[in-house]
Amino acid sequence: MSDLITGLVFWVLGVLAVVSGALVFRFDSMARATYALAVSFIAVGAALLLLQLDYVGLVTVLMMVMEMAVMAIYMIMFMGMNPALMPMSMVHSRRTALGISAGVFLVLAAGIVTVPWPQRRAAPAADLTASLGETIMGSKMLVMMGISPVLFATVVAAVVLAAPRTRYDRFGDDLRSAPSDPHHGGVGR
Amino acid sequence: MDVVGVSWVWAPAAVLLLMGVAAAGAAFSGALSAGATGQRPVAGLLAPAYEAARLMRQRRRVLLGADRPLWRGGGGTLLVAAVLMVGVVPLGNWTLADLGVGVVWVNAVDVLVWAAAWLLGWGANSAHALVGAHRYLAQALSYELPLMFALVAPAVAAGSLRVGDIVAAQSQLWFVVWMPASFALFCACVLAFSLWGPFSTGSGPDLAGGVLAELSGVDRLLVLAGRWALLAAGSAVAVALFLGGGAGPLLPAWAWSLLKTLLVMAALVVLARRLPLLRPDRLAEVGWLVGLPVALAQLLVVSLVVLGRS
Repeated sequence: MSDLITGLVFWVLGVLAVVSGALVFRFDSMARATYALAVSFIAVGAALLLLQLDYVGLVTVLMMVMEMAVMAIYMIMFMGMNPALMPMSMVHSRRTALGISAGVFLVLAAGIVTVPWPQRRAAPAADLTASLGETIMGSKMLVMMGISPVLFATVVAAVVLAAPRTRYDRFGDDLRSAPSDPHHGGVGR
Repeated sequence: MDVVGVSWVWAPAAVLLLMGVAAAGAAFSGALSAGATGQRPVAGLLAPAYEAARLMRQRRRVLLGADRPLWRGGGGTLLVAAVLMVGVVPLGNWTLADLGVGVVWVNAVDVLVWAAAWLLGWGANSAHALVGAHRYLAQALSYELPLMFALVAPAVAAGSLRVGDIVAAQSQLWFVVWMPASFALFCACVLAFSLWGPFSTGSGPDLAGGVLAELSGVDRLLVLAGRWALLAAGSAVAVALFLGGGAGPLLPAWAWSLLKTLLVMAALVVLARRLPLLRPDRLAEVGWLVGLPVALAQLLVVSLVVLGRS
C-alpha cells in the first residue's frame, strides 16, 4: 500500500515538474515564467524527499525559491528595450533551441534505459544527512576550505566592479574622512 | 522526555490549534489597539473577528490587468507556509512529522514568504503593491543570513537537525540561557518573515498599504490571517528551539508548549507595536554588519562549548 502511494506521489511530482518546466516557455509573462520554474524546482525537491535525501531535497527547495524570487526582479529590471511588464514571448532561436533540447532529452533518456545500473551492494547509512556531511566535509575539507575564499573573492570582485560609486566617489581623496553618501546606512555611518 | 510522532490524522487538529493561537494573538493586538485609543481594552478583543466577518462579506475588487493566479497563489502561500512550519514543531511530546532535518525544513518554509510577498505585490498590477513587494525582498536579503545562523546554533548544540532532539537536549538547561543572541535574532526574524512590526515597510501607510493596498474581501482576510499564523508558527519554533519545548513543572507538556508559544507571541506583538519601522535600505547595513557577525560570534561560542564538552 505504501509502495502504491509512494509511486503515485512520485508520478504526480514528476508530471508537475515537467509540465511546469514546459510552461516556462509557454507563458508570455516574465513573472509567470519565473514562478513556473520555481514550482518545477519545488516538485524536484519533493521528489528528492521521496528518495529519502531529505537534506538535499529541502536545500533544493530553499535555494531555488530564494533564487527565483530574486531572479524575477532582475529579469524585469534588465529586460532591455521591452519593459517586461507587457506580454512577451519567452523563447528565442526557437528551432535551434528545440533541436538542442530534444537531442539532450534523447541522449539522457537513452542513458537511463541502456546503462547497466549496478545493483546495490550495501545498505544506506542510518542517517543520510550526517553521512553526506561527513563525505563532503571530512576528507574533502581541504578542497572546501580552498573553494570558499575563491568564491568569496569572486563575489566581492563582482560587487566592486558592478558598484557605480567607488570608494573615491564616497570618500574623496582622503579615505579616512566621513563618506558622502546620498543615504546613510543603518549603523550610523 | 522523548518526542514521538503521531498519526497524520491529527493534522487538521494542528491546523485548528495554529489558527487558534493566531486568533489569540490578533485579539490581544486588538485589545492593545483599543487601549491605546482610550477605549476599554475588552472592546478591542473581538475587533479582529468583526473585521474577519466584514471581509468575508465584502465583494472582491476586480483590477484591470491583475495576474490573478499569481496574486491569489501568493496570498494563499503565507497560510500554507505557516501550516507547513508547525508540522515539524512538537506540541509537548507529540509531533506530526519528526523529520531528521526539521531545522532545514523550517528554513525552507520561511523562504516561501519571499516568493509570496513578491507575488502579492506583482499580481495586483499596482505600483504601490509592487514597490511594497520590492521592499520586502530587499529586507529579506538582509535578515535571511542572520536567521540561518541563528537556526544553526541550537542544531550544533544538540548535534542534530531534528527538532525533537533539540528539545530533548534542553532537558538540563534551556538554550536561551547560553545562546541569548541567537534567540533574540531568531525572534526578530520571526517578526521579519511574518511581515510584522519594524519589518512591515512593504505594507506601510506611506505606500497606501503596499502589498495590502489592492487586496479586498476574502483575499485580504487570507493574507492577514497568514501573517498572524506565521507569527504564531514562528513563536512555536522559538519555543521548541530555545525555550525547552514542553518542559516545565506541574502542567502537562502540551500545556507548557502552548503557554510558552502564547507568551512569546504576546511579547512579539507588544514589541512589534513599540518599535519604529526599519527602512529596508538601512536594514541592509544592520543585518550584514551587526546581525550576521553577532550570529556568527554566538555560533562560535556554542561550537567551542560543544567541543569542550565532548
